[in-house]
Amino acid sequence: MSFADKLLKYQEFPFASYLAGVTGADIERTLTKEALVERDFLNLLSEQAVPYLERMAQKAHQLTVQHFGRVILLYTPLYLANYCVNQCAYCGFKVTNRITRKKLTLEEVEKEARAIAQTGLRHILILTGESRQHTPVSYIEECVRILKNYFDSISIEIYPLTEEEYGQLVAAGVDGLTLYQEVYDPVTYDAIHLAGPKKDYRFRLDAPERACRARMRAVNIGALLGLQDWRKEAFFTGLHAAYLQDKYLDTEISVSLPRLRPHVGNFAPCSVVSDRDLVQILLALRLFLPRAGITISTRERAEFRDNLLPLGVTKMSAGSCTSVGGHLEEATEGQFDIADQRSVREMHDMLVSRGYQPLYKDWHHL
Amino acid sequence: MEDKLIIGGQELESRLFIGTGKFSSHEIIPKVIAASGSQVITMALRRVNFSNEQDNVLNYIDKKCILLPNTSGARNAEEAVRIARIAREAGCGHWVKIEVISDNKYLLPDNYETIRATEILAKEGFVVLPYMSPDLMAAKRLEEAGAAAVMPLGAPIGTNRGLMTRELLRILIAEIKVPIIVDAGIGRPSQAAEAMEMGAAAVLVNTAIATAQDPVQTARAFSLAVQAGRMAFLSGPGAVQEYAVASSPLTGFLHK
Repeated sequence: MSFADKLLKYQEFPFASYLAGVTGADIERTLTKEALVERDFLNLLSEQAVPYLERMAQKAHQLTVQHFGRVILLYTPLYLANYCVNQCAYCGFKVTNRITRKKLTLEEVEKEARAIAQTGLRHILILTGESRQHTPVSYIEECVRILKNYFDSISIEIYPLTEEEYGQLVAAGVDGLTLYQEVYDPVTYDAIHLAGPKKDYRFRLDAPERACRARMRAVNIGALLGLQDWRKEAFFTGLHAAYLQDKYLDTEISVSLPRLRPHVGNFAPCSVVSDRDLVQILLALRLFLPRAGITISTRERAEFRDNLLPLGVTKMSAGSCTSVGGHLEEATEGQFDIADQRSVREMHDMLVSRGYQPLYKDWHHL
Repeated sequence: MEDKLIIGGQELESRLFIGTGKFSSHEIIPKVIAASGSQVITMALRRVNFSNEQDNVLNYIDKKCILLPNTSGARNAEEAVRIARIAREAGCGHWVKIEVISDNKYLLPDNYETIRATEILAKEGFVVLPYMSPDLMAAKRLEEAGAAAVMPLGAPIGTNRGLMTRELLRILIAEIKVPIIVDAGIGRPSQAAEAMEMGAAAVLVNTAIATAQDPVQTARAFSLAVQAGRMAFLSGPGAVQEYAVASSPLTGFLHK
């Protein structure tokens, strides 16, 4: 069984009529429950749940403090390369975009690592576009060997790998995977992934599970919000996380809520996700998955991120830059525009001023 | 009456162990330690940032306290052993709390892997305090493996549900010779007092203090509760009866 089988069960599910039929009493009932089932989660994503957002927020806050404390893990992305062979309609790195392409040399990786480590961060997320030719697994492995000298935890956000390849990177020192399905709806997926290996929906969908099987310590998933009806996409994200959490008990499962951001190209979101919608998704996810990590990246603007802080967030990026070589002087165009430009120090001060402990280290590679 | 708790050759006056996780800042930790009177402080090695003076939790723990690094994050015995060795090499002493959890949903400990890690580390000279699900045979094996104390859970970590495993704890306290330290789940001072009244040697509290409105005051309350519970245990409570027993019996004259 794979998560694909679970998705199949919902293929014919009448989302529109179910969501329209949710009542205030359903939400009330859901809010009194200790453990939510799938329908409860869907109820909390309905329009009828909007008047209950404050009650959801209070409960989400209480659950988060209980399970995670007043602690926020800080990390930053490091773009190793922006070569990509895919044509994803919404991405600044797509092969047809005329941007400067670059891949960091190992010396440059070390320089970037040194610059980032000086900010105090000990967790890093390394990213590439999808080009096995320019950034093969062996290159990522070499980068990891350098980065291990500067960071306690290294996560990857790269193209999906086979189980053996994930195992290879785990052995090299990678302990976390971030991989967004982008969109769970297979028809939309096919329509916006115009060409390239990323067109293989199933290979991508099963990748987080392959990483769990390869003993990846932490796996972070998400849907790129804006590519389809957000209620369904948020629902499937939660279901996917719950599926992984139930099946791979020893892997820490997290979810991210990335919203489409401006980038090189002019793809318009199919579904607009407002701030209120994002809050609703965050709260519903927290109540459905009390122990899951929830990441809010610098895609969101500073003030909004600050307000999201007590609603269930456990990880935040800081000092982010989406271009290759961004922590050095010569940088390329970014994958997308970031909205929160604050430095690690500024994020630190914000967290402290709001009664949270900024956490720089939450793992120690063994 | 003299009442000593000795673990790993160390005599402890306080029977309240505390943790350092989930606080809003490291700065509050010294105040919590002082209010609790605790002498044994646990911290997750995964969170000790040796490369940053300001962010290093060790700098906030009184040097007179005994450090109890825990192996949080370990999914099997091998990982726990590696974390324990790293902690010792990093200067955190030779006490270690074994936490082997391969269930991220409920955070329940894996007793089998915990026993394996205890066997290895006790032989290496560590003072091993294993966190466990309260099971008599597992506790006996931990004792045989060289555990200096065993730390059964009262309820899953962070739940503040209290002594949900009460009956099993009672059996462990009766049958296990090394000290029983009730760890995890204690949410209120009254629950800590109850554990001590039952005969637990000590309790470990983290979430209940760290997430309280006033952690310092709560730490003090736990300290007093643990002392009260211990005194109650030592003094021996009156017997529990099924029927009311009059304190001025009506037939007392027959015995005069």
